[in-house]
Amino acid sequence: MTGIINYGAGNIYSVITAFKKCGEEVFIINNPSDFSKADRLVLPGVGAFGDGIRSLDESGLKIALSGSVKSGKPFLGICLGLQLLFDHSEEGDCEGLKLIKGNVIKFSFPFSESMKVPHMGWNQVQVKYNGKELFLNIPDKTWFYFAHSYFAAPEKSNTIAAITCYGHEFASVVKMNNIVGVQFHPEKSGDYGLCFIKNFLEGKWLQ
Amino acid sequence: MVTVRIIPCLDVKDGSVVKGVHFENLVGAGDPVQQASFYSREKADELVFLDISATIEGRKTMLDVVRKVAEVVFIPLTVGGGINSIDDIEKLLKAGADKISINTAAVKNPSLIEAGAKKFGSQCIVVAIDGKRVASRKWEVYIESGKTPTGLDVVDWAKKTERLGAGEILLTSIDMDGTQKGYDIEMTRTVSENVNIPVIASGGAGTLEHLCEVVKEGNASAVLIASLLHFRKYSVTEIKSFLMKRGVEVRL
Repeated sequence: MTGIINYGAGNIYSVITAFKKCGEEVFIINNPSDFSKADRLVLPGVGAFGDGIRSLDESGLKIALSGSVKSGKPFLGICLGLQLLFDHSEEGDCEGLKLIKGNVIKFSFPFSESMKVPHMGWNQVQVKYNGKELFLNIPDKTWFYFAHSYFAAPEKSNTIAAITCYGHEFASVVKMNNIVGVQFHPEKSGDYGLCFIKNFLEGKWLQ
Repeated sequence: MVTVRIIPCLDVKDGSVVKGVHFENLVGAGDPVQQASFYSREKADELVFLDISATIEGRKTMLDVVRKVAEVVFIPLTVGGGINSIDDIEKLLKAGADKISINTAAVKNPSLIEAGAKKFGSQCIVVAIDGKRVASRKWEVYIESGKTPTGLDVVDWAKKTERLGAGEILLTSIDMDGTQKGYDIEMTRTVSENVNIPVIASGGAGTLEHLCEVVKEGNASAVLIASLLHFRKYSVTEIKSFLMKRGVEVRL
């Protein structure tokens, strides 16, 4: 059973329906005591980094989440849920969960007509060696749906599981031990998005 | 690189699609779920549902529509029409919408953009702007389904919505809408050059060439398409293949 962490950031409904579509039982984690029931954890999230981390902190979910992840439970962070894993974000100059080393940086391009921020729409994901089990049955360079203005820059390149290019390359998937983070929205990326979720659930990437 | 998005727009009235795919056998013709699934299979990049219900009861059924569509279609869904408050936005997002589009309410109460972006994130606040040409390189914002002039300049208003936290602008040319004579390229380009957020072009598509023009010359990040698709003049796949041959990046 997958626990989806509700910290008031954005729309968890899409994530719930996508996981159910993949045949998974899901429940919503509202309190620290809910974590023990979950076999797997999902931290969804859209919105601002500062609000996200504050809301996790104030609800007492932050400590329980860190503890649960450190105990080895498979974890998936989506969009802001990926960014929160890192040490620090430029957005609001805030500290994150510090589960993966690195920082979150804003896309910054000269004011040119072609590079819009947010990076919004479908872009290709190029899978690295570290990510191949997460992308089973998904062709390399498949398009996934993105909507974000900041990206994560992991300190260690071996935590990068896939990259995407928007003006420059950035880590679109990170993986370290039992932790996976995706900058795109698998719940909004059509059939291949659902396939990614199934791969996460099946857990071959853990071995 | 991020691809250019092709976004079918479906008008929904009292829970039924009134402008959508014209299926020859009419089975499920007005069913939002059938229509949404159809376009999703065709590789539409997103879907927009425009609620044109005139009554409160009609509007309530929109939440059901969104809920049912979100259970079977896993691409981004935008809902517009009659959204006036944070409460309206929250209900739609909870039903499964990913973005909401506001037009008249944003002009009357610009703080709704700011409050919505703060609470739900910029990525889910689309500001729809209906523009009408009033002079050379000058366009005026109209509200209430294009009926009421506001005195606002389209470019100034677009810049303001970006400052307030809009994540995208859905820009419709009142002059070109329904003509099938092509988009207002100049308005699209002028707005796009003046904001850093994506601009979705709408109104006037009649040929595949028109779509190519508004992307290449109008610098649109996405195109909203209604009648061109609904009458099965072209499929989403045909549109994308054409754009790809012209060097436009699309998801196929």
